Amino acid sequence: MNFTAVLAQIKPKLGCINDNLALIEERIQSARGGGADLIVFPELALTGYFLKDLVPEVALRLDSPEIIRLTELSRGISIALGFVEVTDDYCFHNSAVYLEDGVIKHLHRKVYLPTYGLFDEQRYMARGERFRAFDTKFGRMGMLICEDMWHLSSSYILAMDGATSLLCLSSSPGRGIEGESLGSATAWQQLTSTTARFLNCRVLYCNRVGYEDGVNFWGGSEYIAPSGESINRGRMMEEDSVTALLDEGSLRRERIFSPMLRDENLFITMQELRRIERERRQ
Amino acid sequence: MAGLTANTALLRQILVGFVRDEVHKVGISKAVLGLSGGIDSALVVFIAAEALGPENVQAICMPYKTSNPESEAHARLVAEACGVNFSVLPITPMVDAYFESFPDADNMRRGNKMARERMTILFDHSALLRALVLGTSNKTELLLGYGTLYGDMASALNPIGDLYKSQVWQLSEEFGVPQAVIDKKPSADLWAGQTDEEELGFSYRQVDELLYRMVDLRLNRAELMAEGFESGFIDSVYAKIQNSHFKRRLPVIAKVSNRTIDRDFRYSRDWGK
Repeated sequence: MNFTAVLAQIKPKLGCINDNLALIEERIQSARGGGADLIVFPELALTGYFLKDLVPEVALRLDSPEIIRLTELSRGISIALGFVEVTDDYCFHNSAVYLEDGVIKHLHRKVYLPTYGLFDEQRYMARGERFRAFDTKFGRMGMLICEDMWHLSSSYILAMDGATSLLCLSSSPGRGIEGESLGSATAWQQLTSTTARFLNCRVLYCNRVGYEDGVNFWGGSEYIAPSGESINRGRMMEEDSVTALLDEGSLRRERIFSPMLRDENLFITMQELRRIERERRQ
Repeated sequence: MAGLTANTALLRQILVGFVRDEVHKVGISKAVLGLSGGIDSALVVFIAAEALGPENVQAICMPYKTSNPESEAHARLVAEACGVNFSVLPITPMVDAYFESFPDADNMRRGNKMARERMTILFDHSALLRALVLGTSNKTELLLGYGTLYGDMASALNPIGDLYKSQVWQLSEEFGVPQAVIDKKPSADLWAGQTDEEELGFSYRQVDELLYRMVDLRLNRAELMAEGFESGFIDSVYAKIQNSHFKRRLPVIAKVSNRTIDRDFRYSRDWGK
């Protein structure tokens, strides 16, 4: 079915849950007022990114008043958003929830927590352990959090699990000033387009903006059609709201024109991966 | 080298956004900086004027009696070109008063004292004007340690600390910094006729080519030599980086507790902003 998605390219305040929740609610009301079916927020939208020792202070349980409040709001519009989750056994995860019709439809915990260059996530947070597609009112989806998407296997697994829309929630720092456009933006645009094209999936990429300690987040949130074509793209480095119409027809036609996913041989892939796993153990 | 050639329109957007965002988010609308007449502070004042509006930027020229009079003229030219508030505050009385007790002090001590005198004036104006102090040290001099700790290296925000001198020149063209300031030889202006490049023993363009490959691309010594850099040059620049590293760090704290500031007590400076 056709549906309208809004990518909320916001500028969260570092460590300020209440302020960010107010900002998020405002965006939800406005998207709902505009008739959108789904609103996607960036990675760690409720908290900001370079949290370091703030992680335990801003972490929320799934039954916290904030998550319950957002879940209630999902009766009017489906919501995907990132936050720090704390579990009963006090693991802290960089998580994303998909909220729909008043329930948590899906929880994804970021699997690939980068620790290179300017990143230090795994010092403060625990790794997620699964990629699972899930059913929504708008078809089967998969969620990825930023670095997850830089591992080909993540998107591949979600596509093989039946996802036709991949949501990627991101807090991508801008770097690389040598080229025609920002280096990290160019890299991401190639990645999202290639992923969409290889897997005949839509990609909804939502990236934040703003600065934290001199690091800029570049925005450029976008909707990429299953053909790999960028259909809507948000402004660079400024707050924005990107409205995308995801029509069923373009997905259906792309899967007819380029049926790579239909022809993908899961048996061979599994057989070879098992062999590699066996050989690595020896 | 493509890597040192910056996309200046993009840089402008990032750095103007940086100053605007980081100043406004702490509830302040103004900035103050020292304007020497040289290119680094000229570029920063142009960035600040665009980010905050020229009426919200105070540029202060702080000459010493041995400073080249051309420097003050260039500082004034730059301030007029971007429309910021401009004042001149000579540091000769306070610096001379101090060195009356140490008449034999060498140029290094005198130069450092001047840099720190200027720093105290800027931070006093920070309180006076409710303005953040902008730093004007570029990446080349930060890496080489060619600056005074707690002097010209002190600031609240530094928009150009990740730009090599070669990139400062490029971005200055983009902003329309007066050509006389772009074209003149870089100088710390501590005594008449001093130039940075003579004092350092190499040109900024030469050392930027090396630093970019060594620091940004992480080429090792053998790879640098294969690219044509002399071993003596590589080693002396490496030693300068290593020996000045203390200037780029906070003071070392002796650890005795479980949570020591900056070691295992870690928060971003923009905490809550």
